[in-house]
Amino acid sequence: MEDEGELVAALRAGDEAAFKQLIDRYHASLVRVAQAYVPTRALAEEVAQETWLAVLEGIDRFEGRSSLKTWLFRILTNRAKTRGMRERRSLPFSALESDDGAVDADRFRGPDENWPGHWSAPPRAFPEERLLADETRGIIEDAIAKLPATQRTVITLRDVEGWSAEEVCNALTLSETNQRVLLHRARSSVRAALEQYLEDEA
Amino acid sequence: MTYTPATYDDLSCQELVELVTDYLEGAMPDELRLRFERHIERCTGCGAYVEEMRQTIRVTGSLTVEAVTAEAERALLEAFRGFRR
Repeated sequence: MEDEGELVAALRAGDEAAFKQLIDRYHASLVRVAQAYVPTRALAEEVAQETWLAVLEGIDRFEGRSSLKTWLFRILTNRAKTRGMRERRSLPFSALESDDGAVDADRFRGPDENWPGHWSAPPRAFPEERLLADETRGIIEDAIAKLPATQRTVITLRDVEGWSAEEVCNALTLSETNQRVLLHRARSSVRAALEQYLEDEA
Repeated sequence: MTYTPATYDDLSCQELVELVTDYLEGAMPDELRLRFERHIERCTGCGAYVEEMRQTIRVTGSLTVEAVTAEAERALLEAFRGFRR
């Protein structure tokens, strides 16, 4: 069933195959998004499961004004935020306040040199043949795992799962600018980790 | 002609690296985009940096993500049957 209207109709009719299809498509992403708000994987799993129950309860009232995906992730995010606050977790988007540069400042010429702010140690682009090695992918996975939770969620949805910027903004209730800042920080860290790995090995 | 940083100095490399995502996302005002493009055409370091970001994004896109666990799926299908009863 590819058509969303058909899926919704099937779900209302109590079609288990339709429900299973939705779970296969979205459950793992729901858990990943919830992890941006709650402190443990187990809690994220719990919030995702509650979200499905809320979907079953609410499906008759779903009017299709937004996409099913948007609706689903809105329910998840609202619940995850409430739960996150109850668990006394600090505001997840405080990550926005960090002011570390995308690249270490010592890679650039200092204020007293010629052309301050220009490269003193310029990058050279990565060797293509090494990029697709399994080990390189492992480095990226590790770098993503070490990111602050919201950055991790944004880069996973955008660059791994291939969501659009708009979908990510909707699901996480982020402004376009904040979404981009989080994506920028995340991609910059992953690039830096790759650079370090590929240089150490060279 | 050989370019020196002086020819694209209206945007430093350190400033440019903070704008790469805005550039790749197409979220830049035209005037800034032109300065950005002029800079990366002339500055090998920044050209390479933008290429590294594209490479990073491409390889990140080849990662696979964890799917729903069998356990979670079983629990949800059970809940579904209970809900419909």
